[in-house]
Amino acid sequence: MERTVKHNTNKVNSILRVSNITKWYKTGSRQLTVLHNISFSVEEGSIVSIVGPSGSGKTTLLGLCAGLDHASSGSVMINGIVLDHLGEDERARIRNRYLGFIFQNFQLMPTLTALENVMVPLELRGEKNIRERAVILLEKVGLSERIHHYPAQLSGGEQQRVSIARAFSTNPKILFADEPTGNLDDETSDRIVRLLFDLNKEAGTTLIIVTHNPELAESTHRIIQLRGGHIVSDRPTGNAVLSA
Amino acid sequence: MEHQSQPAYKKINFPWLLTMAWRDSRRNRGRLLLFIASIIIGIAALVAIFSLGDNVRKDIDNQAKSLTGADLVIDNNRKPDEAIGRLIDSLGEERSVQCSFASMVYFKKSGGTRLVEVLALDGTYPYYGSFETIPAAAGRDFRNAQEALVDKTLMLQYNAQPGDTIQVGALDFRIAGTLTQAPGRTGISTTIAAPVYIPFRYLEQTGLLQKGSRFKYTYYFKYASANQLDRQLGAVKDTLEKAGWDHDTAESRKRQTSRQFDDLSKFLTLVGFIALLLGCIGIASSINIYVREKISSIAVLRCLGASGLQTFLIYLIQIIAIGFAGAVMGAVLGTAAGQLLPIVLKDLLPVNITTAISWGAIIKGVGLGVVISFLFGLLPLLSVRGISPLYTLRVSLESRSAWKDPARVLLSGIILLAVCLFARLQMEGWMQALLFTAGILAAFTFLTLAALLLRWTVRKFFPSRLGYVWRQGFSNLYRPNNQTILLVVTIGLGTLFIGTLYFVQGTLMNRVSLSASGNQSNMVLFDIQTGQKEGVAGIAKQFKLPLQQQVPIVTMRIEEINGKTADDARKDSTLRIPRRAYEGEIRVTYRDTLTGSEKLTAGKMEANGHRQGQPVYISLEKGWAEHIKAGIGDSILFNVQGALVPTVVGSLRDVDWQRVQTNFRVVFPSGVLENAPQFYVLVTRVPSREVSAAFQQSVVQQYPNISIIDLGLILQVLDEVLEKIGFVIRFMAGFSIITGLIVLIASVFVSKYQRMQESILLRTLGASRRQLFMIIMLEYFFLGALAAATGILLSLAGSWALAHFSFDAPFQPSWLPVVILFFAIAFLTIIIGLLNSRSVVNTPPLEILRKEV
Repeated sequence: MERTVKHNTNKVNSILRVSNITKWYKTGSRQLTVLHNISFSVEEGSIVSIVGPSGSGKTTLLGLCAGLDHASSGSVMINGIVLDHLGEDERARIRNRYLGFIFQNFQLMPTLTALENVMVPLELRGEKNIRERAVILLEKVGLSERIHHYPAQLSGGEQQRVSIARAFSTNPKILFADEPTGNLDDETSDRIVRLLFDLNKEAGTTLIIVTHNPELAESTHRIIQLRGGHIVSDRPTGNAVLSA
Repeated sequence: MEHQSQPAYKKINFPWLLTMAWRDSRRNRGRLLLFIASIIIGIAALVAIFSLGDNVRKDIDNQAKSLTGADLVIDNNRKPDEAIGRLIDSLGEERSVQCSFASMVYFKKSGGTRLVEVLALDGTYPYYGSFETIPAAAGRDFRNAQEALVDKTLMLQYNAQPGDTIQVGALDFRIAGTLTQAPGRTGISTTIAAPVYIPFRYLEQTGLLQKGSRFKYTYYFKYASANQLDRQLGAVKDTLEKAGWDHDTAESRKRQTSRQFDDLSKFLTLVGFIALLLGCIGIASSINIYVREKISSIAVLRCLGASGLQTFLIYLIQIIAIGFAGAVMGAVLGTAAGQLLPIVLKDLLPVNITTAISWGAIIKGVGLGVVISFLFGLLPLLSVRGISPLYTLRVSLESRSAWKDPARVLLSGIILLAVCLFARLQMEGWMQALLFTAGILAAFTFLTLAALLLRWTVRKFFPSRLGYVWRQGFSNLYRPNNQTILLVVTIGLGTLFIGTLYFVQGTLMNRVSLSASGNQSNMVLFDIQTGQKEGVAGIAKQFKLPLQQQVPIVTMRIEEINGKTADDARKDSTLRIPRRAYEGEIRVTYRDTLTGSEKLTAGKMEANGHRQGQPVYISLEKGWAEHIKAGIGDSILFNVQGALVPTVVGSLRDVDWQRVQTNFRVVFPSGVLENAPQFYVLVTRVPSREVSAAFQQSVVQQYPNISIIDLGLILQVLDEVLEKIGFVIRFMAGFSIITGLIVLIASVFVSKYQRMQESILLRTLGASRRQLFMIIMLEYFFLGALAAATGILLSLAGSWALAHFSFDAPFQPSWLPVVILFFAIAFLTIIIGLLNSRSVVNTPPLEILRKEV
């Protein structure tokens, strides 16, 4: 059943375009379809939230949009580049060049200090003056005193701030956030969200957030709601979209 | 939207890979080092052997001439005839002669008697090297007076001092000094036949040069130049060979010694290599777990844009670096152990071993360490390539079977090939190398199967009625992250080693000591002349000893086999009769019946002795008949001390050589040899060591030419020899056992991390320390017990095969040590498991949780 809400698909400045993607897994002799014919586009500079109950396919959709996985059918285009037939290493380069990530469980490398964690994406690019840029970013997220600490020596909120600094270090076109406040208390969550939105405003980065948090979803520009692998609603929230 | 240009992205940025490898290993270096500790000991063993090899080869080169003590040595079991005598007179610039034979000696002060090797020496031999004696001058001066040099073990055994008197045959000699080292002799050879040197000119007066005794004549020559030696030897070689004289030069002895040492060194290298392989299993499994723990870091790197190759290289660099560090540590340890090996091996080698540092050995060892850790670390590391960035979002649902990965299959093949190639370098042929590899593979497979069977059995027949602690202990054997296969394989292999060493040594000792039990004979007196027969029997009766056998012995040589002489056999290789068949002196008896240790396998014995006019039907021992290519009906012409006696092979016998009694390769019928020069052998049983000493003393004093073999002495000598060889093997096996222990500690240590989370959870849910201890103890007991049982089973099978096929001895292991070994291994596993896990059990959960994040 086609229930895709066509939104913004005609806009020329779509940074992300998802066309008819389906994802299924084989479990034994059975085939389990977790996403059905999903299509939507995301305008550059916008903040989109993907919401839905557990098992609705939110994380799977995020993984496909970010080129972390291959769709069983359909197409994903990021900044005009079609990911469908790219190999894993080519997609890794696209991720490094255009994308940033924030995860619910932070996903910092435990053997690297906060500073080194932020430096890694820049190092992968082979850029110059990396250290200075990473220090500035960590200062921005309020961790100037803790740049040489290891993740295990930081609190959850601090770890997530390192993760945000890392995500913004490469000035990504799109930043994917999977439940960014899922492991944090309310107060820390608010600070993290404010930080995310400020950086979005400052750098013009497109934000795609998977969340269970209705308040967070309502503060974005647009909410895509999933249920049973289908988009059941795709609506703007009334918040203003930044121009790219 | 137009397609944007590709980012400026460095494919392989080596300095960055090094930095990342350094950073990534930062908090795990201690653990990585523990993994790599598994190969340190293996590399140490090999470096020790390699440097020993380098040093010994150098020593053999430097001491080549002192191996023979002369430029040319010729010897035979017969006194030279006139022609050979003339030839000997024409050889060399200087010449020495030596006549050696087994005889009893009597230490006057202590009253001790013992069978030794008497060497009567004339001339200034050795021309190279020297007799090392205490006092130092004794080695030179003993030949100027009626003096003897006595081996240090004899001096010690009979508490003798220089200046004491020793009786050799009918003559007394003053002991000039203690002999500590003679040219070309090893500690083992002096243990088997302790040497006593006397001046040659007193030989006649000892009265020992009587017919029937076995003498070896050796001539030593010194040459002014190698050219002269080559020229002269070239001219006389054929004549010497035809007359049955062996010849040896310093160069040929050097080659022979090098060959013997190479055999020893190759054997030791293989033992060391097994230790290394055992360590490699530790590496592979540790790296496997290391990679599993790194999955999320790898996924993050992939997510941030690192390519599969980049992430793979980050970990490969760590493995190679830590492998290199381990190999260097191993090389240092090996070089230190190399200083000990000469002490261990001094009795097995005829040269003085130096202990220089061998850089060649160190480089070889480090290279081998890096290659081996690379190969075995690569095996689990290949899975890094397949780790998806999706792991950052969720643990992947799909995992590909390792054996479907062609790279992994190819790498496993390369590893097997490398093992086989290494084995080939140490062994004679491909067949042996393949068998060695197959043996190792079979042991691994068998242990793995045992572990799989345990897992399957526990799962299938899970004891769900048992209490919680038992259920948890059992289920730890098969649940995810279990260490069942790793621990069973490593502990099992260690047990297999220890067990096999123990059983083989036991079999060898049993083989002799079995004969000492019951009413079996334990003393043999030989070289009894016809006129002494009654006198000796009288002494035996006086001591109330039974005359279990009194056997006549006639010595002879083979002149022709089926009409073919030694010359024919040498010229016509299709005859395949070994040269030795004609050369050796054969000791023959005559009788018409079989003894208890014989069984007829073909033909029949002459029941009533030889009848005039009939051919002489002799009986041959089956194995020896095959050796000289003779069968029923074949003719053999014997030379009985000058008289030619034609015979026909009438029967073949199976002989049990393990019994202490006279056994013969050739038995004549009665009525042929009665008038030939002969001597007798008397076999008896002495009840105690005291009676044995008194009886021997009495016989030697009255009949000094008679030699006595005391089974007690053989047992003692065998024990000493086995102890010396066993020490070397144990020293080398020690490397494997220590490796096994380190792998065990590393494995248990790693499994601690695997169990950490759930132990914390269990503690949080209220499990007591006692319960956790019990769970851990049960798991390690099951693992240790299964590994020990399987290892013991394999070692029993291996030792049985060795006993049956190699030593031809019955295999009767004693069960008490088996039980002790089983419990010792199981107990050790539990102790190591508990010691490693005590921090999990004793520390508050939160503390561990924060530390391990």
